[in-house]
Amino acid sequence: MSLNDAVFFLLAVITAGSALGVITSRNIVYSALLLVVTFLGVAGLYFQMNAGFIGLVQILIYGGAISVLIIFAIMLVMDVEPHRTNPPSPRLPRRLGGIYLSILLVITMGAAIWFTHWPLAVGTTGADEMAVLADLMLGKYVVAFEIAAVLLLVAIVGAIILAKGADDK
Amino acid sequence: MNYSLLAPEILATAVGMLVLILGLIFKDRARQSVGIISLLSLVAVLILVILRFTDTQVFFNGIYQVDTYANFFKALFALAAVLVILNSSQYMERFGNKKSEFYALMMFATVGMMVMASAGDLLTIYIGLELMTVSFYILTAYLLEDETSSEAGLKYLILGAISSAVLLFGMSLVFALSGTTVITQIAGQISREPALIAGVILIAAGFAFKIAAVPFHMWAPDIYQGAPTPITTYLAVGSKAAGFAALLRIFIFAIPLTQFNWSLVLAILAALTMVVGNLIALTQTNVKRMLAYSSIAQAGYILAGLAAANQYGLKGVLFYAMLYVFSNTGAFAVATAVEVNTGSTDRDAFNALGQRSPMLAAVMTICLLSLAGIPPMAGFAGKFYLFSGAIQAGYLWLAFIGLLMSMISVYYYLLVAKAMYIGSNPQTGAMTVKAPARLALWVCLLATILIGVYPALLSNWAQTAISIFM
Repeated sequence: MSLNDAVFFLLAVITAGSALGVITSRNIVYSALLLVVTFLGVAGLYFQMNAGFIGLVQILIYGGAISVLIIFAIMLVMDVEPHRTNPPSPRLPRRLGGIYLSILLVITMGAAIWFTHWPLAVGTTGADEMAVLADLMLGKYVVAFEIAAVLLLVAIVGAIILAKGADDK
Repeated sequence: MNYSLLAPEILATAVGMLVLILGLIFKDRARQSVGIISLLSLVAVLILVILRFTDTQVFFNGIYQVDTYANFFKALFALAAVLVILNSSQYMERFGNKKSEFYALMMFATVGMMVMASAGDLLTIYIGLELMTVSFYILTAYLLEDETSSEAGLKYLILGAISSAVLLFGMSLVFALSGTTVITQIAGQISREPALIAGVILIAAGFAFKIAAVPFHMWAPDIYQGAPTPITTYLAVGSKAAGFAALLRIFIFAIPLTQFNWSLVLAILAALTMVVGNLIALTQTNVKRMLAYSSIAQAGYILAGLAAANQYGLKGVLFYAMLYVFSNTGAFAVATAVEVNTGSTDRDAFNALGQRSPMLAAVMTICLLSLAGIPPMAGFAGKFYLFSGAIQAGYLWLAFIGLLMSMISVYYYLLVAKAMYIGSNPQTGAMTVKAPARLALWVCLLATILIGVYPALLSNWAQTAISIFM
């Protein structure tokens, strides 16, 4: 196992482990903080794949802005004991069903991915990857790029409408 | 490249933004003009698309395609949006001071659908899909005083997010194998690998959720019932057609049947959807919920055409998707009128509608007969194409299940007709229907009959649209 593989597995364990922590923790503040670790782990994976710019954006936007937003939102709406904010599903059979299905899915997908002959391409990340990215976003993928902007607008409008609640006139 | 062919999308987006701004500037009465502006712009989109139906252009090496197939669906979405907005005039009072945002979100949802129909690349399809569903999450929860509406919105958000994740996972596997996201280039790059099968099944599951095919239908009844009725209509006809538009393009172009027999997978999904949707619809006493289950069953019929994947089947998919807009919108429009007048959509509320408002009862009956596939309504011609396609492709059993289930569906559709004409109701007096909604009712009624009597026009149109696959 090369050093590269070792780094990958370390990052993968951190990412997946903290993601597991997000859903098992009973305190929603811990969940939010573990989510930050997940985001940073993903950023690490990006860096390992030589996608430096995306890695930086991941840290800035997800690790920084979005996680702060989540924690703010929790702070504003939390009115019960912290350790009861993220309770697991109360019914054990249902939980076991979920666990069973997840394991089945992991095994199936794992097998499908393991037994596939992937056409491995040699990465060609140049020095000026931001220029390449900008070229793609405003060139070939301009429709997706513009629609993504509209999507964000819709999300903001929707959040305001729903958060404002019923008419107060 | 002739960018003027993107005019429908650009117009709809620009008007959506304009409506948002005008809603803030205008006061009280002037604000009503916002609805008229969105309506007119959608009619303009419809006319633009029809006038330039055969003008085609491939943008960015196939990433975005304006072709007859996309134009057919764009016309369908614009038409559905026009009918839904006309029909929502009855419902406006309940939207409080968020009326102009309603129109804006309708416009943006339509843009999302148009992008899905035109996108020739997995990423663009996904973004279009998200624009559409995010708009629907909001619109579903639009009745803020109504708990069922908020609950429906939240459920849709959570389940929709999961289905998007499944879809993306599938797309990422296909991308990893082929090294491209452009649909027309994928087919040449893939080989039969376990990961391909997993990816295709995940994509199918993701879209099956959007079109509410069994076993991915669990969300539909609750959300259809909780959402404001006009939005339910748009979810049932628009969102579903958009799902089919993208699904068809991906499966026919990107995944050759020789690599993986997705046709059989879809045939099984179609059979399950027809059986389960129709059987559960039998037991419903709430008309809105009954229509929700019936629309699950209808998705099954359309899926049968896609599973056939031949000329008749694909033509049937487009033909049926279009007539379904008229028939289903008509039925939902009557349900909206009854809901607004009586405050309920239980079947009892429809009692004696034939005496109270003969027009409403007539539209409901015709539309339901069309959904059941009784000649000479439009639904009969549609089912004829779909099932002949299935038989030609060797799925005799699928066509048989479809016919059997259509017969069963007549029963629960006619229960509503029975209530309307034979049922007795202590309340008498005609129901009030606003003029725009009346217009929508007339359009649905006439179109349902016309397409049924003279299917050649729509059929030729659908034929031109699917010529890109042949």
